[in-house]
Amino acid sequence: MINASLKQLSSQLAAKKISSVELTQLYLDRINALNPALNAYITLNPEISLAQARAADVRLAQGKGVALTGIPFAQKDIFCAEGWRTTCGSKMLENFIAPYDAHVIAQFNNAGAVNLGKTNMDEFAMGSSNETSYFGPVKNPWNRNAVPGGSSGGTAAAVAARLCAAATGTDTGGSIRQPAALCGISGLKPTYGVVSRYGMIAFASSLDQAGPMARSAEDLALMLNVMAGFDERDSTSLQREKEDYARNLEQPLQGLRIGLPSEFFGEGLSSDVGKAVEAAIAKYKKLGATVVDISLPNSRLSIPVYYVLAPAEASSNLSRYDGVRYGHRAAEYTDLADMYEKSRTQGFGEEVKRRILIGTYVLSHGYYDAYYLQAQKIRRLIAQDFVEAYKQCDVIMGPTSPTTAFNLGEKGDDPVQMYLSDIYTIAVNLAGLPGMSIPCGFGANGMPVGLQIIGNYFDEARMLNVAHQYQLATDHHTRAPQQIAL
Amino acid sequence: MIPYYACFETDLITNMSLSLDDVKKVARLAKLVMPDAELLAAHAQMINIFGLIEQMQAVDTRGIEPMAHAQDLGQRLREDVVSEGDKRELYQSIAPQVERGLYLVPQVIE
Repeated sequence: MINASLKQLSSQLAAKKISSVELTQLYLDRINALNPALNAYITLNPEISLAQARAADVRLAQGKGVALTGIPFAQKDIFCAEGWRTTCGSKMLENFIAPYDAHVIAQFNNAGAVNLGKTNMDEFAMGSSNETSYFGPVKNPWNRNAVPGGSSGGTAAAVAARLCAAATGTDTGGSIRQPAALCGISGLKPTYGVVSRYGMIAFASSLDQAGPMARSAEDLALMLNVMAGFDERDSTSLQREKEDYARNLEQPLQGLRIGLPSEFFGEGLSSDVGKAVEAAIAKYKKLGATVVDISLPNSRLSIPVYYVLAPAEASSNLSRYDGVRYGHRAAEYTDLADMYEKSRTQGFGEEVKRRILIGTYVLSHGYYDAYYLQAQKIRRLIAQDFVEAYKQCDVIMGPTSPTTAFNLGEKGDDPVQMYLSDIYTIAVNLAGLPGMSIPCGFGANGMPVGLQIIGNYFDEARMLNVAHQYQLATDHHTRAPQQIAL
Repeated sequence: MIPYYACFETDLITNMSLSLDDVKKVARLAKLVMPDAELLAAHAQMINIFGLIEQMQAVDTRGIEPMAHAQDLGQRLREDVVSEGDKRELYQSIAPQVERGLYLVPQVIE
């Protein structure tokens, strides 16, 4: 049952071979047994989960079930869910009970899905290893000395360890794709604006985008069908026709043109990851695809650009945490300014504070043109590279991450080393393109390797088709870590 | 294995002069009070990060429009009508300190 696809679970539920309550209890038992070691979940609320499951069973019995009714999902703790503690991995929101549902949560609720719990993450989604979480690091289910990636590390670990049927993530610079790669699962960051950001705690608003994380491309498609859609409460939500992201899954790949950017295969890519990715490309050729060499010359600037834009937006977004309306307030203070300072200083962790400092600096008088404006201009150059590339190819492929999962503590005190692990993912966020990662083998240390598939704007259905056809022909995505049996 | 930072040019422009005083000033602006040891560590790390960021300065961006958003769409407008009900009590139920419908903060005006 824990290895069943969403489609299989759906038909089992519809056929009454299993109830949503039984399925939910199965996952809650697994979480009880395995979560203490993995730390993938921050908050559980079995009463709410089981009540949702009972409601789903009633709905199913009435024949009113839809695609995801009764299926237990985990939600990244960045999404506000009414009545649920929603921490964003921060002490600042340690006791914050969300008063309303994020759009994504409401969409899952409307579909009759079960919320199993809130997954661990880097604090305010700022990190690539899940080590910045106030609630402690998540362990990679494939090797508990290794990180799961970040910032959606709890989600990636929960999906890999079969502690949920599938789960949500968010991606500002690679936070869905990189942990998906490091934990051997599939993850999709849609085109910016496809999924509403309403109720999703803001990090860098021009880059943040929510997406599904699951064990297969087919599962991702079914989840995206529920998550995507116009929402007037998000000013950047796009008004588009509703589409079925699963509609192209079965199409053959004959004639598909795959662009391979030379910049993604150069120095810096570890050889075992390179080999696994090249083997995947070879497989695609067998499936009928052709390969085109392309260049994304400005992508090398994506990290510098990102580390101006994201902290700048974050410093602005995080100014709302002042200890007045919600969130942490210091116990003792002398006056209003002291209350602000103490509350913020106590509530935020080191990485968050560092990014607020960087953001405040680059936005400050005299530096705005040199940093923020220059970064926005180079952002356009980076996006234009993709526009040029898509004149020659249908999708772009490469590694998701330059290495497999590194060990906890390995990147030490140098944030630059950590930032560089997102070198292949960040350009996609800057351009606002859809990107995904699917498992394509294992590295020298036996840890999973992710293949990144980057699509043109609104080309999610094709990307899912490209991923699904590969998953029909290979079994990397069905592999599970050994230490997850009860 | 080749370190993957090698894919960056190694001759980073290092004329960036971020002083400890700059960091202190920025911390004050951001309403953060950090002990000296923490500020020193943040300063050292920020110098490294700005070493990376300084690569941007070598790029000729004359005539390039800044890109603020991926889709370059204008701001969507709506009718100026009330769309939310009164949720004051609900929202104040999670506030650190409220009294008679008001958020309490330390006295500002004597």
